Amino acid sequence: MTTTVITGLSLMGGEVADIAIADGVFVEPSGVKGSAKARVIDASGLVALPGFVDLHTHLRQPGGEQAETVRSGSRAAALGGYTAVHAMANTLPVADTAELVTQVWQWGRAAGYVDVRPVGAVTKGLAGEALASLGSMARSLPKVRVFSDDGKCVHDSGLMKRALEQASSLDAVIAQHAQDPRLTEGAQMNDGPLAAMLGLEGWPAVAEESIIARDVLLAESVGARIHICHLSTAGSLEVVKWAKKRGIAVTAEVTPHHLLLTEDLVSSFDPLYKVNPPLRRSEDVLALRDGVASGVIDIVATDHAPHPSEAKDCSFPEGAFGMLGLESAFAVVMTTLVKPGLVSLDAVARIMSTTPAQIGRVSGYSAPLSAGQPAHLTVVDPAGSAGAPHGSLSSNNPYRDQELVGRVVHTFYSGVQTVTDSQLVELEEKSE
Amino acid sequence: MKHLLSAQDLTRDDAVRLLDVAQDFSDVANRSVPKLPTLRGVTMVNLFFEDSTRTRLSFEAAAKRLSADVMTFQVQGSSVSKGESLKDTAQTVEAMGADIIVVRHFSSGAAHRLAHSGWVEAAIINAGDGTHEHPTQALLDAATIRERLVSKARGSDLSGLHVAIVGDIAHSRVARSNVVLLNTLGARVTVVGPPELIPSGIEGWPVATSSDLDSVIDESPDAIMMLRIQKERIKGEFQPASGNYVRNYSLTKDRANRLAEHAIVMHPGPMNRGVEIASDVADSSRSVILDQVRNGVALRMAVLFEVWGGEK
Repeated sequence: MTTTVITGLSLMGGEVADIAIADGVFVEPSGVKGSAKARVIDASGLVALPGFVDLHTHLRQPGGEQAETVRSGSRAAALGGYTAVHAMANTLPVADTAELVTQVWQWGRAAGYVDVRPVGAVTKGLAGEALASLGSMARSLPKVRVFSDDGKCVHDSGLMKRALEQASSLDAVIAQHAQDPRLTEGAQMNDGPLAAMLGLEGWPAVAEESIIARDVLLAESVGARIHICHLSTAGSLEVVKWAKKRGIAVTAEVTPHHLLLTEDLVSSFDPLYKVNPPLRRSEDVLALRDGVASGVIDIVATDHAPHPSEAKDCSFPEGAFGMLGLESAFAVVMTTLVKPGLVSLDAVARIMSTTPAQIGRVSGYSAPLSAGQPAHLTVVDPAGSAGAPHGSLSSNNPYRDQELVGRVVHTFYSGVQTVTDSQLVELEEKSE
Repeated sequence: MKHLLSAQDLTRDDAVRLLDVAQDFSDVANRSVPKLPTLRGVTMVNLFFEDSTRTRLSFEAAAKRLSADVMTFQVQGSSVSKGESLKDTAQTVEAMGADIIVVRHFSSGAAHRLAHSGWVEAAIINAGDGTHEHPTQALLDAATIRERLVSKARGSDLSGLHVAIVGDIAHSRVARSNVVLLNTLGARVTVVGPPELIPSGIEGWPVATSSDLDSVIDESPDAIMMLRIQKERIKGEFQPASGNYVRNYSLTKDRANRLAEHAIVMHPGPMNRGVEIASDVADSSRSVILDQVRNGVALRMAVLFEVWGGEK
């Protein structure tokens, strides 16, 4: 029996205690202390958080292996303190069948760094025309519980209503990429004076807000849950706030980049800052931070979107949408939310682990750091400076010029140490 | 000045200096041998990813009058249609010896990317990028306005003048560069056009906005600049019905007659006679359209001279 004792940790920013792990689960430290076989890690001054769960990750495999693979993305996730990620369906081919989601899930298990939870496509081929077989994906080995056409919006109201009904019967959730396609044709950046001056096609806030408003009402009408991906505007926040007050089962995520970066970066015309939804005004950034603090926004999800260098080494309109996120998310949360006093470390556990696990129906996260639970653990140094990302195959890191605090020091996934002293542990690829 | 990418890059003094240098260079055209040795041994490449005749020829004439060598890279039939990127194309022309790259590209920001991405070392001059900017056009427009409307031109800016820019503002890089530069030079700007051709977000620009050309003409602007409708950039349903457009936004003879006596009529070309401007007006004595073209060569000589290092 392998036993690890980590000493001197502040538990979620509160009391200082030791944590013990044996055979993949948390155990009472008093039971193993003094045992000669136990490996001891001194973590004085560090903070224990439950392993992070990302509800929104692009792992690019199959079809985009030059940008990321399930294995490389899993490694990036571990470095970011994650123990579970939800792999979005917009791969080539699209993850819209039980076979494909099972394949992605198996690649995740073979890599062994995190629990790779495949997200199933809502519509066949993400084409927005016919529903994919949600039931067969839900009943497959990975038991898919999150469905999304992310990258595209399910814009047909009839289709969306049926998807919500089906998901509801499967205890699953539809994660909507809220973007009215007709209002965003050719859109490059946030609509407004800056876009007008830069001569770049605008992506208006109303294209997001109107879809969210429609979808919360649709969810209410069929009694389904709905999750809003990467909410990006102050107006969207108002809509979600209203829906929650009305008792609608809506949850919402914000990305790290929308908590920190603003549209002003687009003045450089560097496609590194091209993302969908686009970077918004500083007013939006501040409103989103408040939205997390007040609980209108439930979680932080990365929308980690690796791209090969040629997809960004071009003019802005020709560049691909998306930026890396897994390895910097914690530092961005520390820098934008915890350091300014908007949320506590305790809340970080909620917005990056417990709640995303709940939304995605990932088991093992409901009682963080408790004896008997799977040992998904992230040990962080809240004051440490964040290192540059190095786990991903891609380098489209939008934080290269930002000062970020908050460092992931150790990560344990089901008791297996995947990151030690901020360095990746090399794990053997497992064959099933 | 290493590059000229945007009118935003120019201070008032930069812009006035460029206009003054251009004024000096304009005399060269009248010499028996219209040539200076200033850029001998320097290679300028026209890197054009979009159709253009007048801008390309104007840069070519400017470079030749300064004794620079000129190469032209045309998009048609080139490797770009085979999928070559902006980066590879620029590096290729630099490897052939380009010292100054004059770039026109269909993407907003393309010139910025060439200048700041580290792909090439050459000096970059923006000759029009998407719907973003066309700074040398704004400079030659300012040179023309100053020549016609400012009595002691040398060293002066355009303080106190009122310029109306009329037409398809949303898709016009000429309008953007002019709004910026005219403000830098102290002029007051009103943009006029149908609401669907005024960009959303214009409230952040330092301009007055109107959709009523007649009332703007009643304000007696000193210069009125007519723009072409960029049909190729407009999405289907926003295409203004041409009858309506002519009725409301064309500079007809009647409207031109209501302008102040000293007011000048401008157009960056190419013109659609009978659409945004009546033929009679384009050919009238207040039209400075050919002065703009003439000033374009001298102004581009000044820009080439400045990016190559000014007085060395």
